[in-house]
Amino acid sequence: MKLMTLAWRSLANRKMTSILTVLSFALGVILLLGVEKVRTEARQSFINTVSGTDLIVGARSGPVNLLLYSVFRIGNATNNISWQSYQDISDSKLVKWSVPISLGDSHKGFRVLGTTKDYFEHIKYGTKQSLSFQQGKPFEETFDVVLGAEVAQQLGYQLGSQISVAHGAGKVNFIKHDNLPFQVVGILAPTGTPSDRTLFVKLAGIEAIHAGWNSGSPSAKSLKLTHQDFEHAHLEPETITATFVGLTSRIAAFQFQRSVNQYREEPLLAIMPALTLQELWQLIGVAEKSLLVVSALVVFSTILGMMITMLSSLQERRREIAILRAVGARPYHIFFLLGLETLVISLLGALLGWFALYGLLALVSPYLMEMFGFHVALGAPSVKELYVLATIVSASLLMSLIPGWRAYKNSLSDGLIVKV
Amino acid sequence: MSSKPAEMILNINQLRFAWQKDAPVMSVDNLQVARGERVFLQGVSGSGKSTLLSLIGGVAVAQAGELSVLGQDLTGMSAKQRDRFRAEHLGLIFQQFNLIPYLSGLENVLLTGRFSKARSVTETQAKQLLSELGIDEALAKSPVTALSIGQQQRVAAARALAGNPELIIADEPTSALDADTRDSYLALLFEQCQTHGSSLLFVSHDQSLASRFDRTVKVAEIIQWSDDRDTQSRELKATAEVTQA
Repeated sequence: MKLMTLAWRSLANRKMTSILTVLSFALGVILLLGVEKVRTEARQSFINTVSGTDLIVGARSGPVNLLLYSVFRIGNATNNISWQSYQDISDSKLVKWSVPISLGDSHKGFRVLGTTKDYFEHIKYGTKQSLSFQQGKPFEETFDVVLGAEVAQQLGYQLGSQISVAHGAGKVNFIKHDNLPFQVVGILAPTGTPSDRTLFVKLAGIEAIHAGWNSGSPSAKSLKLTHQDFEHAHLEPETITATFVGLTSRIAAFQFQRSVNQYREEPLLAIMPALTLQELWQLIGVAEKSLLVVSALVVFSTILGMMITMLSSLQERRREIAILRAVGARPYHIFFLLGLETLVISLLGALLGWFALYGLLALVSPYLMEMFGFHVALGAPSVKELYVLATIVSASLLMSLIPGWRAYKNSLSDGLIVKV
Repeated sequence: MSSKPAEMILNINQLRFAWQKDAPVMSVDNLQVARGERVFLQGVSGSGKSTLLSLIGGVAVAQAGELSVLGQDLTGMSAKQRDRFRAEHLGLIFQQFNLIPYLSGLENVLLTGRFSKARSVTETQAKQLLSELGIDEALAKSPVTALSIGQQQRVAAARALAGNPELIIADEPTSALDADTRDSYLALLFEQCQTHGSSLLFVSHDQSLASRFDRTVKVAEIIQWSDDRDTQSRELKATAEVTQA
């Protein structure tokens, strides 16, 4: 009979305790790996939000604020920048391309972004992946709109659908641009970035729906305008919210950034998105790290609990151990027996936890995508995860040394006859 | 030395032992068990029986004197050697709770072979042994917790006898049994010891059993306890001086 069989049978004999210990172990693993997984994925999709853009220029506020509204479409710009400034920037020798964006309107809670066709060419995500169309094509006309994947999916829009844009960014809007509906001409493929939740129109479209407005509210006339009124109009914006900039040489980034920041005509702010993303992540990172620490502590207390259970079971197992000694078991056999029991429990717990976590992730990943806009990859465990699992298992093996040692000492002093 | 050392299974001579430094010292003058002999060791609890069994079993080791089993001195062996020796040459039966509770009777019998290759028996042999002790196959395969105490003690005897050890040590194996069960148990144990060629050292407080054995040794007559620290330390010093000289 193998020692492993003994360990297994012994655990099976204490079925309830064993199962509960495995379950608590699995819970700890789910928590720790889950937090780690979400953390990694969140960071990844966060860092991947924008790529290939060297600078983002907006009105002077804070770098994080500018990043939040221009890239994540969270919050609002405190101010706009003039079209003149934009042209000055794009005329610079150092600038290879520039894509203006204009925010401030929404459709059923999704942000509407006014931009140019260049957006689909230059604004990249992940590892320099371009936006691709799952249906249709970029906008051509003033009242064309391109939808992010999630917008189309959630609102059930097809190519050719007519939609109207509302003023403001909230879900409830009091002013709607009903008189000037847009037509869906393209739907983007999912990216896992805020683009999925955005509607793209031409800058001219944004101008058109705000034509005749004064100080942020429509005039009576402007609400009666129709598409025909804009057929021959030349709609050039007076202001835009921000602009994405690609430079001819990345080495020039710092130099160009400084020159933008010192622009005399208007207070501007240029940020390097990659740097600001890191900065922002460090800000969020504190919460995320403390979450990791808490879950590591949970795992530690699980292991501690297992050790305590094992220690307290030793008293009732003294006779069993004495019997083993009587038939010739050496003290190290007893030591190994306890170690094997721990190994079985922690391995089962780790496996169960891992499978449960992936099951759970498969269930909730659509919601994660929907609610937080990040994609959780399911697949074989990463090296890091295996490393974490191995650490947990070895930590519990290390912990089993304590009851193992105790049993060893007991077996020496008890000898063959236990007086219990 | 004994005139027939080969025939002597157990030989204890002027043995001295204390569990700890300041604990009382136990001395055993003389105890011998010959091959095939059935010796009844009679004594009340607290007389030092358990300590003596721990010494013979090799889980405790004497500080002075001779204790040899099969002509090999246990006091000179390492802990590892003593554990192996026990696994290969001794069969132990205790008063109660002899069996690993989560194994079947059959698996309990097979357990001996796990720690000693020399004593490993096949499943068929184990079943045979059990059936000779009145445990049929169905009983042998059921959990030991389902067995009566009498049946458990038979399984324990089968485990002790598996692989034909030279010496069976039984510590009050019948004290939890009623008179009828006890008699049939003893008869079976004697018969099997004979079949397997094992000597038997049977420890009990029950005087009435003595007549069935070849020989009776009273614990009180061979074991003395010295509680006198001064005498003890004087003796130990003397021993130390002798050793150094």
